[in-house]
Parts: sequence; structure tokens; C-alpha cells
Amino acid sequence: MSIGTSSTPLGQVRGTGSAQHGGEHWLRERLTSAASLLLGLWLILSLLLLPSLDRLTLTEWLRAPSGAVPMALLVIVFFVHSVDGLKTVLDDYVHDEGSRLLLHGILIFAGVGGAALALFSLAKIAFGA
Amino acid sequence: MTRNPDRPLSPHLTIWKWGPGMLVSILHRLTGGALAVAGLALLTWWLWALAAGADDYEEFVTLAMKPAGLVVLVGLTWAFWQHLLSGIRHLVMDSGAGLELRTNRLFAVLTIAGSLFLTALTWAIAMGVWA
Repeated sequence: MSIGTSSTPLGQVRGTGSAQHGGEHWLRERLTSAASLLLGLWLILSLLLLPSLDRLTLTEWLRAPSGAVPMALLVIVFFVHSVDGLKTVLDDYVHDEGSRLLLHGILIFAGVGGAALALFSLAKIAFGA
Repeated sequence: MTRNPDRPLSPHLTIWKWGPGMLVSILHRLTGGALAVAGLALLTWWLWALAAGADDYEEFVTLAMKPAGLVVLVGLTWAFWQHLLSGIRHLVMDSGAGLELRTNRLFAVLTIAGSLFLTALTWAIAMGVWA
């Protein structure tokens, strides 16, 4: 579809903007919000429904695919949504171009690093810690 | 690009008259920030401690069950529910609905009432009130 012919506000801005990705960032923030809603509810309900929160019960829960797979998705989706959200906050409140770029970089490094640590820990549990 | 230093820049918390819509809007940012920084740090630490072994997990639980730890846990629970309900409100507003003044104000107040109720409910269940 060519740029600017869509009748929806989102369609009109997709593919435009200084980095060509303004609409995609906005859309991804909403898609990951819907996924975060489902996975967040899953986590709270799971923790409330587990018979106990001792280490044995939790590792057994995260060893089964029904625990490990949603937890891996949760880690990825929460980190992506958080980085997108904090980026929006930086865009709004950090008015100096250089500082903003630096903080964007630190944010992405921290987000990817944190997600990797969480996923590694989960993998260690899932494959038998 | 040069800008006029006399023009106000965001956040405009000291400029506008406070109302439910503005309160919920800034709470969405604050709870989002808290969940992103403290929530994800805690989630990662929890998974790391679980993977590391019995001693590390014991240490995590001991710290989490201290008064300060419980304040953080209850605070993050409230932040989760507030951000979730406020996020649903934003998705509705993105569709162009719920922007009329009365409806907008009502939904804003409902997210606050709802998050307080759901936080109390979550911890009541967690502490075995109905067990």
C-alpha cells in the first residue's frame, strides 16, 4: 500500500517519519500491551493457584512446558513493552538531543541485558537446575 | 535548533489544574516506570535466585518477606493493576471512544477504584483469607 492513502490515522503515518518507523513503534507498544495483559494475568493467577511458593514447587512449575513457555514469552514481552514505554518517556521529557540519544542507547543495552539474564535463568530452571 | 527558554516544556504537572484524567495519565507513566525498572529487576532477580540454588532462593525470600520487601511487593501489585486498567482505558481512547468529558472522568476514577480493589483482593487471596 502506498504511503498516505489509508483512511485510518495509523495507516497514514505508517512508513513515514524521520526514521520511517514512528507508526510501528506506536503499534508495537499497543500489541505488546495486549500480550502483557494476558501474560501478566497468567503470572498472578498462576502464583495464586500454586499450592505453595517454595523452590521445589516453583521449579517444577517452570520445568513443565505449560509454565516455561508462557514465562519465556512474558519475559520477552515485558522487556520489549518496558523499553518501548521508557523510550516514550525519554522522548517526552529529555529535551537535549545528545542526552536523549545516549539514554536511548543505555535503555536498549539494559533491556536486552536484563532480558538475556532472565531468559538464561529460566532456561537453567526449565532444563534442570 | 534553537528554542525559546521562556516556553514551558513537558512534564506540565505544575501548570494545569489537577483532575482525574490528568492524575491517571501521570500515574500510568509512574506505574509503568516502576514496573519497568523495579518490577523487571525483581522478576529477573527472582528467576536468577530460583536457578542459582536453594541458598540463593532462601536469601531472596528472606529479603522479600521483610517489611520493606512487602511494601515493594504490594506497591508493585498496585502498580500492575493500575497500569493494566489505565492501559485498557488508553486502548479504548485510541479507538476514539470514551473521550467525552463525563465518560473520560468516570473511566479515570474507575481505574483508581479498580486498582485499589484488585490489589486488596490479590493480597487477601495470597494471604489465604478464604483458605
